[in-house]
Amino acid sequence: MKTIAERQQEVIEEFSIFDDWMQRYEHMIDLGKSLPLIPVEYKTEDNIIKGCQSKVWVHADLEKDQLVFTADSDAIITKGIIAILIRVFSHQHPKAILEANTDFIDEIGLKEHLSPTRANGLVSMIKQIKMYAIAYQTQLN
Amino acid sequence: MFDVTKIRADFPILSRKVNGQPLVYFDNAATSQTPTQVIDVITDYYTRLNSNIHRGVHKLSQEATEAYEAARQTVQKHFNAAHAHEIILTAGTTESINLIASSYTGLLKAGDELIISALEHHSNIVPWQMLCERTGAQLKVIPMTPKGTLDMQAYDALLNSKTRLVFVNHVSNALGTINAIEEIINKAHAVAAEVLIDGAQACPHIKPDLQALDVDYYVTSAHKLCGPTGVGMLYGKEALLNKLPPYQGGGEMIATVTFEKTTYADLPHKFEAGTPNIAGGIAFGAALDYMNSIGFEAIASYEADLLNYATTKLKKLPGIKIYGESALKTAVISFNVMGLHPYDIGSILDQMGIAVRTGHHCAQPIMDYYQIPGTVRASFSFYNTKEEIDQLVEGLQKAIIMLQ
Repeated sequence: MKTIAERQQEVIEEFSIFDDWMQRYEHMIDLGKSLPLIPVEYKTEDNIIKGCQSKVWVHADLEKDQLVFTADSDAIITKGIIAILIRVFSHQHPKAILEANTDFIDEIGLKEHLSPTRANGLVSMIKQIKMYAIAYQTQLN
Repeated sequence: MFDVTKIRADFPILSRKVNGQPLVYFDNAATSQTPTQVIDVITDYYTRLNSNIHRGVHKLSQEATEAYEAARQTVQKHFNAAHAHEIILTAGTTESINLIASSYTGLLKAGDELIISALEHHSNIVPWQMLCERTGAQLKVIPMTPKGTLDMQAYDALLNSKTRLVFVNHVSNALGTINAIEEIINKAHAVAAEVLIDGAQACPHIKPDLQALDVDYYVTSAHKLCGPTGVGMLYGKEALLNKLPPYQGGGEMIATVTFEKTTYADLPHKFEAGTPNIAGGIAFGAALDYMNSIGFEAIASYEADLLNYATTKLKKLPGIKIYGESALKTAVISFNVMGLHPYDIGSILDQMGIAVRTGHHCAQPIMDYYQIPGTVRASFSFYNTKEEIDQLVEGLQKAIIMLQ
């Protein structure tokens, strides 16, 4: 199993082949389109994060000692970034999730989407991922 | 003679690049850009005049006071108010509305009715909801039509002897609809109700004559019309403002203070507690001077041309839906491309250096009416060009290909 840092490095390398923003965005849109849909039973009001701009749904399950995330958004670019975040943080131990950061998003040139002024729900989604990690970490102890 | 090239040279920000592309600024309804003539006034104030006003005996204080009061007169003349002391300089539209909402607390009783419209910005909804919670008054809403105009027959039906106040925006921020405020004011007066008009979105495009309108209160912000942020206007008829209790207590707003009893200053100072935004007030005057030097008729006809051009071009794009199709509207186009999220479109346009607004525009009831999460809003100013609109259309074509 790859660590969060290794997966982040993979994402950085994957994005490094693109020369301009259009290629980066097209890739992100493709990632968004290929993200498995969140099961209907989890697409609930409880799991919704209301940004001013786009909505985000996020749900976590514990499988053995690993957290598995499913998520969705009504905006495709937001969904693309969700796909990247899930790739990095899903199937990881809660402790590893709590210790990780999201600086790699800056390195792939998508920093602006994690700005609180965008109000797209992603900042809250990362908080929510960490909250799940705290909750399940306590359960594992 | 209206010369857009010459006008653009007044705005230093228009020559900057965004994401490596020349800036195309179409978020004017959120805030307008600032010309050198206004920036220079702010710099000059802090370079030559900076001091506290209305109480110093020294030269700087006198000069700053004169400049600030001259700005108030500029505002008075621009809006054709009867007296300079009917112009209260506030922090902006939101503060102006909250001032009135707060001051009416003791004047309303349970059972009184207030009317707002379905087209309002949250800042012209929430303060009145809070006022209703404090007083037991009831809030009624003039509904909207699919074209984004107000249902005036429904307005007639809402008016009655219990109606105390009516609040409507002059122009809708989300859709650009110009509301029939003359009719709204006259009909409210017929049942002895008072009217507050939110002019934040109208004033960049229209020069209202407040005495001719016979409006009771009119509010606006300087930063929508080439002035700085943090300053705006509350106009109120003298007799009404004299009846209202003060809003905030502090320095400047008093006549005498003892621990037994404080008496309040006359208008406008009664409503201007504390040291005001002096540089901002002076720059507000300079901004109006600047816009008047171009002329509101010239601005309106140039912007109408931009709006027609942009509407015709945008309508040719596949799957486009424009919200707000009033015959009378300012240079604002709120739209969606079917199947695409406004956030995605706005993000891609931003990469091309094109600034538009996306989201609910602080007018969620309008979005709920159309059952959409939000729109893309392109709002034009007299310093924009048809070439920039062409860039927007090209940008949208690219965005549609990328996102579909």
